Amino acid sequence: MSDDIILRIVGKFLIPLVVVFALYVQFHGEYGPGGGFQAGVILGAALILYRLLFGDAAARKAVSPRWLRLQAAVGVLLYGGTGVAGILLQGQFLEYNVLLTDPINGQHLGIILIELGVLLTVSATITALAYTFSADTEEHLSDPQVDPSSQSDQLRS
Amino acid sequence: MDPQLYNYWLVILLMMTGLYALIARGNLIRKIIGLNIFQVSVFILYISAGFIREGAAPILSPNVDVYSNPLPHVLILTAIVVSVATTALGLALVIRIKAAFGSIDDDTLSYSSGDSATELSIKTQKSSQ
Amino acid sequence: MIAQHAQILVVILPLLCAPLVLLLGKSRIAVWFTVGVLSVNALLTWWLLLQVLTIGTLRYSLGNWPAPWGIEYRLDPLGALLQVMIASIAAVMAPFLRKLLAEEIGSSRQYAALVAFILLTAGLLGIVATGDAFNVFVFLEISSLSTYALIAIADKRDALLASFRYLIVGTIGATFFLIGIGLVYILTGTLNMDDLAVRLPEVSHTNTTQIALIFVTIGIAIKAAIWPLHAWLIPCYSYAPRGIVAFLAALSTKVALYALARFLFGVFPLADMPIGSVLLEILQLLAIAAMLIGSAAAIAHSNVRAVLAYSSVAQIGYITLGLALATSAGVTAAIIHMFNHAFIKGSLFMCIAILATGSGKHALESLKGLGHRMPIVGIALLIGGFSLVGVPLTSGFISKWFLITALVQAEKWIWIVAVLLSSVMSIIYVWKIVEAVFDKSDDKQVRSYDLSVDIPIVLLAAVSLYIGINSSALVSTAEQASKWLLGMP
Repeated sequence: MSDDIILRIVGKFLIPLVVVFALYVQFHGEYGPGGGFQAGVILGAALILYRLLFGDAAARKAVSPRWLRLQAAVGVLLYGGTGVAGILLQGQFLEYNVLLTDPINGQHLGIILIELGVLLTVSATITALAYTFSADTEEHLSDPQVDPSSQSDQLRS
Repeated sequence: MDPQLYNYWLVILLMMTGLYALIARGNLIRKIIGLNIFQVSVFILYISAGFIREGAAPILSPNVDVYSNPLPHVLILTAIVVSVATTALGLALVIRIKAAFGSIDDDTLSYSSGDSATELSIKTQKSSQ
Repeated sequence: MIAQHAQILVVILPLLCAPLVLLLGKSRIAVWFTVGVLSVNALLTWWLLLQVLTIGTLRYSLGNWPAPWGIEYRLDPLGALLQVMIASIAAVMAPFLRKLLAEEIGSSRQYAALVAFILLTAGLLGIVATGDAFNVFVFLEISSLSTYALIAIADKRDALLASFRYLIVGTIGATFFLIGIGLVYILTGTLNMDDLAVRLPEVSHTNTTQIALIFVTIGIAIKAAIWPLHAWLIPCYSYAPRGIVAFLAALSTKVALYALARFLFGVFPLADMPIGSVLLEILQLLAIAAMLIGSAAAIAHSNVRAVLAYSSVAQIGYITLGLALATSAGVTAAIIHMFNHAFIKGSLFMCIAILATGSGKHALESLKGLGHRMPIVGIALLIGGFSLVGVPLTSGFISKWFLITALVQAEKWIWIVAVLLSSVMSIIYVWKIVEAVFDKSDDKQVRSYDLSVDIPIVLLAAVSLYIGINSSALVSTAEQASKWLLGMP
């Protein structure tokens, strides 16, 4: 949408860094502050930034809404599937100890899978929200009588 | 007064601000903002309760004995997600309301159905807002 | 293996079914898959109910972290009964959801409605299944968020506004509830409901406990639409898609009332608390007001959905009154009515949904004479209506009988008068509906409709009739549940 060259160049440098930071937060989450929710939001922010700089069409080409829906669903299934795996391996629901022969490794594996599921779902949902709202915004911006909602449009974008 | 209790005054202040915005403002977007402020006040209430004097961040390390309580943080992470979902749904509804009614001012919105039976319900709705 | 995990499977099966249906999208398999999952779920809840009745409360620790540190799911007789109710009604309605919604929701949104419906079922089951106070909040919000979406999904003006206003009020309620459990968590350091019940008596006289009780009660009362916090319910039931209303009216307020019962009797030490008895008195007064005002408003309205919505407010009053008596007989009556009213209102709203299909109008005028054209629906409507009034041989009679017995035992004579008065008023509004539906003067064209949508109505009405004739199983379950709830051996 924006034709500003500076923004686009800076964006090109910034977006990969944001993605890497999201992954850092994701994998650091096992030992320190971080985790799937935070990483998912940061990853989503990278995609939203891309969409703001390069337009809706480019963003939809890179990450289609259909893909986002798939990703969100797979994330939830991964989370739930990890829980159910605990049951199938003679443990309780969401018991990580039984996932591998060594309980400590099992705990590692369990939390990584769970957080991966959260990352997938949260980043997909956040991006999908941005897509939905911005698509609507463009529809309504063509509507001339936008007095009270012009505020809301700014808030949304 | 104990300076560590100032948090709770902040909670009360934010809670009242949020509720005021919810009740007094007709603009639906402002209502959602009010709702968010109200919810944030509760988040701070929980987080403040997790504070433990001289407690370190709850990351296991050999030199630390006292940790702050991590459970409220985890709970509030969940509550934040719920709040994000509510806000998103609320905003989506506002967009549709704007498209359907041409306005997002609560005072000008009313149920349109020609049914006389609905009038009472509108009145009760208004008085509850 | 399934036996051991049935308790958790009841919640996670629908919870995992939702993303799968999202993946399956518009294909027809999605519906049959959902029906399959919900049917298995319903069978599991029946099995769990039998287990609970024979061996007592079931417990399940998530991730094998023992309570009170980990999250514990706990199923007691009352919870098991409600789970049976939720899962059965959901399984019965799911196959017909598409047909019921076909007129109001375009095919592109049908699968979204199905996903939200499954999530709503999962949320309701979760509220009942969990033994953790914070989990109650999360599931309450899962079910509420899906409800807001379902109400607005047809994209009709009035439904959008109703949904938005419900969203605001409902979120305030949920946040109040969150404040309440936050306060008890600060006091006791635990969120496990059984553990809270052990620890709260030590601090039962502090102001914080009183405030927490008030916050929790008001928060849940909003979700349960206890008068005067019912205002959101009327437009929601009046404007939401018809098939959805049948499900909501049957279940969502009942589950909130269950949560209220759990917190009043299973968590807070009401008897030791200074405001405990006052709160119960206030709830009784509100319940009486709900019965009288709700019934009066139902008489005043001519839109059949508004009539039934106000009737729901009145019926919630009966349930609240039973709970607020806090006696074994009162709580038993409340539980019986919770169960009966779910089936009565579910079947009535389904009947209206089918009668209004085609015309899309809900004024009593526009329903004239339809009872003759659709005899099965008409008869189901009669059964539902009679149950609402409390005619003998219907389930409503059993509810009222137990409620009045409880009031006699508690020596609340004036309130018996109020209950009877409200029943008389219910005769008037039920008669209005029946009169219109079986009006002979009007000769409308016979509208052909799909007979298969009668199946859920027949099933729901049959439950009402069956309980009216043979209520012993329900009554003994309810008695056991109320004994457990009040902590009697």
